[in-house]
Amino acid sequence: MLRITGGKVYDPANGVNGEVKDVCICDGRIVPEVEGGRTIDATGMVIFPGGVDVHTHVAGAALNFARAMIPEDHRRAEPFVRTQTRRGGIGGATPTTYVTGYLYAGLGYTTVNEAAVPILSARHTHEELADTPIVDKSCCVLMANNEILLDLIEAGELERARHVVAWNIWAAKAYGVKAVNPGGVAAWKWGKDAKGLNEPVPGFSKVTPRQIISALAGIVDELGLPHPVHLHCNNLGAPGNVSTTLETMKILEGNRAHLAHLQYHAYGGDDWPTMRSESVKIAEEFNARKNLTTDAGAVLFGDTVTITADGPWQHLLYKLTGRKWGNIDVENETGCGVVPYTYKEKNLVNAVQWAVGLELLLLIDDPWRIYLTTDHPNGAAFWRYPEIIQLLMDAEFRKEQLKRLTPKALKRIVLPELNREYTLYEIAIITSAGPARALGLTHKGHLGVGADADVAVYNDTSNVAQMFAYPRYVIKGGEVVLEEGEIRKTVEGKGIVVRPAYEQKIEDYIRPLFQQYYTMSFDNYPVEMERIEHPDIRPCKQPTV
Amino acid sequence: MSQTILTLKERPHVPLEAELLSPDVIAPLGHDEVRALPVVLGKRQRRLDEFFDIEGAGSEDLVIRGDAGRVKWIGRGMTRGKITIEGNAGMHLGAYMKGGAISVSGDVSDWVGGEMAGGLIHIGGNAGGQLGAAYRGSLSGMKGGTILVEGSAGIELGMRMRRGVIAVKGPVRDFAGLQMKGGTIVLLGGAEIRTGAWMVRGTIVSLKPIRLMPTFTFACAYNPTFVRLYAKSLQARGFSMPYEDRAGAYRRYTGDTSVPGKGEILVWQPSAVQ
Repeated sequence: MLRITGGKVYDPANGVNGEVKDVCICDGRIVPEVEGGRTIDATGMVIFPGGVDVHTHVAGAALNFARAMIPEDHRRAEPFVRTQTRRGGIGGATPTTYVTGYLYAGLGYTTVNEAAVPILSARHTHEELADTPIVDKSCCVLMANNEILLDLIEAGELERARHVVAWNIWAAKAYGVKAVNPGGVAAWKWGKDAKGLNEPVPGFSKVTPRQIISALAGIVDELGLPHPVHLHCNNLGAPGNVSTTLETMKILEGNRAHLAHLQYHAYGGDDWPTMRSESVKIAEEFNARKNLTTDAGAVLFGDTVTITADGPWQHLLYKLTGRKWGNIDVENETGCGVVPYTYKEKNLVNAVQWAVGLELLLLIDDPWRIYLTTDHPNGAAFWRYPEIIQLLMDAEFRKEQLKRLTPKALKRIVLPELNREYTLYEIAIITSAGPARALGLTHKGHLGVGADADVAVYNDTSNVAQMFAYPRYVIKGGEVVLEEGEIRKTVEGKGIVVRPAYEQKIEDYIRPLFQQYYTMSFDNYPVEMERIEHPDIRPCKQPTV
Repeated sequence: MSQTILTLKERPHVPLEAELLSPDVIAPLGHDEVRALPVVLGKRQRRLDEFFDIEGAGSEDLVIRGDAGRVKWIGRGMTRGKITIEGNAGMHLGAYMKGGAISVSGDVSDWVGGEMAGGLIHIGGNAGGQLGAAYRGSLSGMKGGTILVEGSAGIELGMRMRRGVIAVKGPVRDFAGLQMKGGTIVLLGGAEIRTGAWMVRGTIVSLKPIRLMPTFTFACAYNPTFVRLYAKSLQARGFSMPYEDRAGAYRRYTGDTSVPGKGEILVWQPSAVQ
């Protein structure tokens, strides 16, 4: 039993805006009142629901590949020495599994969504997630380049496709569906990309990215998944991709969808030298389309590593940087590319990217529909979130930072004209309440009675970056895991999964295709439930079909 | 000027990590503070005086005596002063150094001068592999400074180096100048195979005929002016490099065209009539 008293509570889901009130915890949940137990005096502090990261890359084959590729980052990264309460490891752009848990908890984050899992490496992903302590974990399975599914969409067999998707989600023990560069990664196996939404995907005769997007968004809604289709649009990172993104938003009309890392999809111009921000157009369209949510995918200057299933884009990035490049083809399902990258202030493209992430966060008027992310580790490592919070809350600081850009870059962005400043209430929305709602996690992201007792307590100071980088207390599932900057207790988080409905006989359809095309036998493919540590199977809404 | 003399009691059985053996660290310290400096043996932290007899207070002039072939990281990141090693030195000697001078009378191990940015390392004996190289994963190796080797050197000499000079009197093993991005390597005793593989820029000068990869193209034979400057500078340190027209000419090969790169390998060809 635990009582947190005297702190200002920011609980946007319940409309609580800085009110001083007690938060009571019993048996891992928020309760109206407790008798006895420990009391934490939070006078002079603010109380937030534990952070929820809607889009991050923290486990699995691609991330591990990146870890192996960047020894130079490990050399300069912060080492974590083993203590009584935590294991050893290393931080940096791709922290080790245990350190990932400590670092997230160290920011007051208690739930993370691993955004891209191929089914073939889902088992590996779950093993790593099991070794990521403290935080609760969910993951999205990659679908938009799965050849079995693409064949069905091409043939117009959407009913069967729905069962295949549902079967795949359960096979991967996933929580949602991710679509990365629909058709583009499949095309990459032919050395090509899918740039036009209405042109057939190379390697197929008819199916177009538009059809894939529309089919997946529809299927996810029909299955009643708590989280809508999680879409990484086509033409990521390319100058002029604003038209693709706007067109994609139109395709999604009538369905729910989450657009991942929108920053990378809001560029104008027709080539690198002419690249400019189109965040105004994107935000205008997005503001009007209430069926959509998004996350920023903001960029911070410095060294990092980019990891995405978007193989063709990564090849282009490799050609641009001349640095290391890793590529993986995941049989019939997807692919992946890894390229270490440095975002530089004086580089026009990087400066525009930095500005666009912030512009979208400031121009999209409803904080309930845009969430704080860096597409970790692509835009910057997640442990740099407090730097972004400072940029959002302090317009003066933002103006100072703008001085670091070149005059040419300043002409390509709108950030200097934006004076909006986020309030603590809005920060609580974009870091916790909003993403929890988008993920359909009704017991997360708020401090109402019955919610999971995931709580972050920060100092109430004007030094925002420091305040959010060093929480005073972090409580996960009712346990005080972090106190005065130290991990005090390492609890194990839950594995959040869904079980959508499918006809058992769909296996009779998939099995022979497997035997024909896959290197792995069908029976070894699905991840067993026993692999998920502390599973939490969330309900689907009543299927609409 | 005062000196700090450290005499190794015996060659350690496992490597001793002693990155604090640097003038930057030792100069301001008193005798007792120097003795108490932490070093790491295996996974245990120990005191410096458990391994060395120490004479004098801290100074900018360190003398290390004995077979320090298992003492790693001497002079790491140093910016000034001088280290004289009377004996051998272990891995990572002078890694990341920015200034000052290190001289070793004996042999040194691998990764000496790794990613150094300035200063001078003079090796009286033979050097191991990855001399002046980039550590694994890094974009650039040596970024400045000079490394002189009286004896031979191992593989991947100057790997990814970007600036600075490495000169070796004895033979050098495979992959000298691997992925080189700039700077100059002078091979007085030639090299084994795959010299300059994947080099993008920079100059490798060989005074002995070497086996060139097929991805290097012959350009011309000449005596470039800059060679004369290097020759005069190196001559003062006892490394002699011919440069006069009557003695011969350098055959210039460009490559590595497989990258494609704009590097050059200059191979000295003495004139037939002397």
